[in-house]
Amino acid sequence: MAYEPVLTKFVNEPNSYTLDFYLKHQRGYEGLRKALTLQPNDLIEQVKASGLRGRGGAGFPTGMKWQFVLKDTPKPKYICCNADESEPGTFKDHVLMERNPHLLIEGCAISCYAIGAKVAYIYIRGEFFHVQEILEAEIDKAYKAGYLGKNILGSGFDCDVYVHRGAGAYEAGEETALIESLEGKRAQPRIKPPFPAVAGLYQCPTAVNNVETLCNVPLIVMNGAEWFSSIGPEKNGGPKLFCISGHVKRPGVYEASMHTTLRELIYEQAGGMIDERPLKAVIPGGSSVPILLPEQLDTPASFDHIQKAGSLLGSAGLIVMNDSVCMVWLAMNLLHFYRHESCGKCTPCREGSDWLFKLLRRVEAGEGQPKDLDLLFGVSNNIVGKTLCAFGDAAATPVLTTMKLFRHEYEAHVREGRCTLPASWRAEHPIFAAH
Amino acid sequence: MDYAPARFHASARKLAEQGGDFAYTPENQAKFDAVVQRYPADQRKSAILYALYLAQGQQGYLSPAAMSHVAHHIRCTAAEVEDVVSYYTMFFTKPVGKYVINVCRTLSCALLGAERVTEQLSEVLGIAPGETDPTGTFTLLEVECLGACDRGPVLMINDTDWHERLAPENVRTFVDDLRTRGVGALTGCHLHKEGGKT
Repeated sequence: MAYEPVLTKFVNEPNSYTLDFYLKHQRGYEGLRKALTLQPNDLIEQVKASGLRGRGGAGFPTGMKWQFVLKDTPKPKYICCNADESEPGTFKDHVLMERNPHLLIEGCAISCYAIGAKVAYIYIRGEFFHVQEILEAEIDKAYKAGYLGKNILGSGFDCDVYVHRGAGAYEAGEETALIESLEGKRAQPRIKPPFPAVAGLYQCPTAVNNVETLCNVPLIVMNGAEWFSSIGPEKNGGPKLFCISGHVKRPGVYEASMHTTLRELIYEQAGGMIDERPLKAVIPGGSSVPILLPEQLDTPASFDHIQKAGSLLGSAGLIVMNDSVCMVWLAMNLLHFYRHESCGKCTPCREGSDWLFKLLRRVEAGEGQPKDLDLLFGVSNNIVGKTLCAFGDAAATPVLTTMKLFRHEYEAHVREGRCTLPASWRAEHPIFAAH
Repeated sequence: MDYAPARFHASARKLAEQGGDFAYTPENQAKFDAVVQRYPADQRKSAILYALYLAQGQQGYLSPAAMSHVAHHIRCTAAEVEDVVSYYTMFFTKPVGKYVINVCRTLSCALLGAERVTEQLSEVLGIAPGETDPTGTFTLLEVECLGACDRGPVLMINDTDWHERLAPENVRTFVDDLRTRGVGALTGCHLHKEGGKT
């Protein structure tokens, strides 16, 4: 049975981002209209029943997150939409916000109603200025049409949605760091508990949800929880966006159910490998998750299946690599990223990521010694689990996973004093020359 | 007895270069006043990133004088402003070129040759990453993942415009185009140009 996209069906149509188009083709704001006739609690129950899991990386059930938001408090409540999308290999929210912004705006309004918030802040990464322009223009239109603002659709419910622009910080994608950044501070994570549901933005109860998560909310309200959970395997329901990049013919965002296997995503949706070179490795969920090997490609791309296979679905950013890629170089490239983006709050992560990068650079340049490999392993294991947020684990993962699966490449670098992958690919395919 | 001779007094110490006087243009002032309303009245600090973008847009970079001006509007100390400025990568505390070329260097772009794009840019512009050319036209920077991995190698020019799929062999033409046609020479990103803006 062919899968019919719902989130991204129209993204390639001209003007798909406009309010008129949304109302005409996507039953625009019907979900909001329906939601406002329900009790907020029933709405939360419905989202719980749908089994919607957060699309940002952790896969935590959204309904539960909303239920945890403190009810009996005189303080205002907030929705923070995480549009910081900075996980290497992830670009789904980019497309959603740029081409289907009203779905997100509607999702924000419904979510606010569900948890009793009156304001939603969309925290967008600073680099996405072209996306922000579109989003803000469309928010204006939603205000003028009465879908946002005071007394929405005559229900007496007030809701404001604002876009807040970040300024270049991967760490701002962590929910408490995002809140800190929204408060006008450095984007550094907080000690949990208290969780944002109790004391989040301005110490008020807050729900932080990913863009794709909020975009699914109007669909659930409109079509029902059963419809949603019937798409995809048990506990992994709903449409899912997969970002495929790297050495494939047609990189891009593809929508599928989580029944779809990695092989189908890579070889059917993304058109297979460039020049039909063999696939060496795939990172299934953004740079922070362990690598999967070619023999694992028949794993369905669901949260649970990928986890069983030894990795994580994360943000569903598939980075596909052919046989020309040196795994020591890969770890070095990613550690350069983590070293740069570490917020500096926890010592193991701040110092460890820098140390790992320097070690990797040495090994990659052929100047490593056998003891460096043990040191890489030791430093990595001293970061994992010793930091406030998941960044530390993420930073150690590229090293641990490549050392586990491709230790022979590390050893070869040390033994031969150079990269031992066939040098010919570099001359043949200069565009892929990575080092 | 003189307990505090002038030359040892804090006020006599030479301070960091403040830059010229800085104040928002009336236009930027109005923009700031509007955006600060989005946050609760006692949470003006939330508008700090926006205030800094305004100042940087006006002056090209953030001088200590500009940071003090922002501090005045946010009602916090200049040190708190500097704390924020020094954390985020999109703020500059020194003057930069008219076109700041940010090349994404993270995995997906690197797999498609981003490192060679930087090399080529460096050669064509005659500057190393992190430097500005003597005419003040270009600044070359390597940045981490820009979030358009399917369009690699991807570049962001200044903090607003994008260029996608720049092959290393096309770098020279790209620089010439940018020089003559300005940001109009850029492809934008994704469907931004195709259907986005009409």
